[in-house]
Amino acid sequence: MSSPNVPALATLPQGDEEGYEEKNVHEVYQQIASHFSSTRYKPWPIVERFLKDLKPGAIGLDVGCGNGKYLAVNRDVFIVASDRSANLARIAQKHQPHSTIVADILHLPHPDSFFDFAISIAVIHHLSTPDRRVQAIREILRTLKPAAEGFAGGKALIYAWALEQKNSRRGWDKGDPQDIMVPWVMKGTPSADTPPDQPKVFHRYYHLYEAYELEQDINRAGGHVLESGYEKDNWWAIATRTGAESS
Amino acid sequence: MKLITVNFLACAVKGCKAAPASYPLHFRDAELELQELEFQPEFILNIIPRIDWEGMRVMAKELGFPNIPDNKPEGDALKDERLLKELHRLLLETQVVEGRLCCGNCGHEYMIKEGIANFLLPSHLGLVIPSIAFLNAC
Repeated sequence: MSSPNVPALATLPQGDEEGYEEKNVHEVYQQIASHFSSTRYKPWPIVERFLKDLKPGAIGLDVGCGNGKYLAVNRDVFIVASDRSANLARIAQKHQPHSTIVADILHLPHPDSFFDFAISIAVIHHLSTPDRRVQAIREILRTLKPAAEGFAGGKALIYAWALEQKNSRRGWDKGDPQDIMVPWVMKGTPSADTPPDQPKVFHRYYHLYEAYELEQDINRAGGHVLESGYEKDNWWAIATRTGAESS
Repeated sequence: MKLITVNFLACAVKGCKAAPASYPLHFRDAELELQELEFQPEFILNIIPRIDWEGMRVMAKELGFPNIPDNKPEGDALKDERLLKELHRLLLETQVVEGRLCCGNCGHEYMIKEGIANFLLPSHLGLVIPSIAFLNAC
């Protein structure tokens, strides 16, 4: 029997994916929001570079913005940030000059073919089936400006947690299970049902991406990968829409 | 929620995005609040090209701001600092703290609470959508 603080295999949903993610992702973030936020403040270098390279006046999305740490990177662009957790959206709201809403990645409340850029950092790994992960990418790509003559089109930067991270404190690697429950331990936050000194443990569902899987999902979603790589235990890719499958 | 946000929003219901009536979303019972923000003329100048002017005029009119120019300012008009300040005030400093956003196509209403609009659909909230309720658009 494993300790509650060690990642465990996920029992995947049998049909009710939305309900499964509600319980194993959304409800957890609602509860850990402020603690989670206090541990998330340093932007990852590639995300920072992507945002700083944008032209002033560019309009974009931060899908699954969490506490909004990337909203502080570039104040010359305008970002509509969204998160599934209202508690996280409330924390992200303070970043100027941007704006924050609550939305679901599979049903983004944004017009088609409009945005100059989008980022979605450490989000799609919370969707519990391959189809839903591809749909999420397709939904992000839908909002981007398509390429036109002399214009490359809007770009999306997507990050997902990597399976290959044997040097991280998590230690998992190629060949290990990809669908897991990862504990979030909250210490020193007494609540009605927890004594003050006992840490409270929440479990979030993750699908760990293996090498090339993110690129494959982007291709299946009708996207075109411009650049991709590995940073901070995550796989990342910058993608645009391709002409044919963009609708 | 800053008023500029509405320019970049559409109904979350998939079938609505192609329908012209779904854009822009319409405020209902909007409670407005002014939250001051440093005036950056360059920022306003840079985003004007990306504003859907007609969508913004519709919104401004519905909220009772009638003094928006009919056409998007260009050329010398952009040197008018008073105009840029007015746009700054309207788009970035005017916030909707409570109210609803309504889709003109399906009639669905999205709640705004504490300045944050919530676009989760009834299915996300574990509810079944009664289709009849969506027949009368706002």
